[in-house]
Amino acid sequence: MPRRGAPPEVNAGSMADIAFLLLIFFLVTTTIETDAGLDRMLPPIEPPTEEPPVIKQKNIFTVNINRNGQLLVEEEITDIKQLREKAIAFLDNGGAPSGSPEFCSYCKGKRNAESSDNPDKAIISLKNDRETKYSTYITVQNELVGAYNDLRNREAQRLYGRDFTGIEADYLDPETSSSLKDDLKEKVRRIQELFPQKLSEAEADTSN
Amino acid sequence: MSKFAKKKDSGLPAVNTASLPDIVFMLLFFFMTVTVMKDSSLKVENTLPNASETKKLEKKDRVIYIYVGEPTSQYSSKYGTEARIQLNDKFSVPSDVGNYILEERAKKAQELQNVLTIALKVDKEANMGLISDIKQELRKVNALKVNYTTYDGDAFNNLQ
Repeated sequence: MPRRGAPPEVNAGSMADIAFLLLIFFLVTTTIETDAGLDRMLPPIEPPTEEPPVIKQKNIFTVNINRNGQLLVEEEITDIKQLREKAIAFLDNGGAPSGSPEFCSYCKGKRNAESSDNPDKAIISLKNDRETKYSTYITVQNELVGAYNDLRNREAQRLYGRDFTGIEADYLDPETSSSLKDDLKEKVRRIQELFPQKLSEAEADTSN
Repeated sequence: MSKFAKKKDSGLPAVNTASLPDIVFMLLFFFMTVTVMKDSSLKVENTLPNASETKKLEKKDRVIYIYVGEPTSQYSSKYGTEARIQLNDKFSVPSDVGNYILEERAKKAQELQNVLTIALKVDKEANMGLISDIKQELRKVNALKVNYTTYDGDAFNNLQ
């Protein structure tokens, strides 16, 4: 039997639609998520021979968290909502007398001689119990970092007319051009010098 | 008149769409290969706490993840309900963290080895004791840059 021409071709017109369907499925399910979080530096383990530096008590801002999530700030029971305010007051105090080399010209605090000398000297010491909940700890960390950010934002607004967090985000953004980055780097460094983050964490305590 | 009619007849030739499926398939394969469904192997509860002062964790190639949380219901009969550490795909104890970091660090390119960040993905119900142990281990291997990974949100929501 003679065949009349080739067998009929399979209609492939809907192939594109099927492929599109799959494509859209993968487009939707792909989450190129960028995680965000609180960046912290851990202190290096000191060589045992080194003597710890002597720090004046007034330059230390102690924060204790107990196992129930209650805060003891500078020997006072404090609500966590007031922590940021207190930390800012401490960091921004600038207690060194004017004229002394430690005088802080940009501080706007109360200049209480009983509190920190200047932001460079001010240290926040955080101590937590082993049974403190992680979420409480993060809230405290968040408030302390927030206190630093608030102060840095204030200085960045004064010097450069924009927020420090914005400058830093642009600086860390991989899409920022390198010439702009150099400029931002200088700004970030300058602000960080004005309010260096000095947050020390004691090892967790089991006794209290 | 016939001239016009003739022109209309020929018209524009239809665009050949025969290669369209190929193009779409190419895109499809691209997305299929870049999709990482890694989180599916998470063996611990991982509800992160909220924080507002976060920084983005750019450049995934220089991040090492450590998960901490209560074992999921599937594993709780075997491993209990106390928070555990998950490194890669297995449950671990704090003393394993150091070796894990060294191993992961050795896998990275030479120039990245000094700029690695340790992302701690910790469930909000975990206790600080375990975190302190991890931090101590991290200090021992000199992996000092950590990121407490959180969700964006009001930090006071954590307290409820």
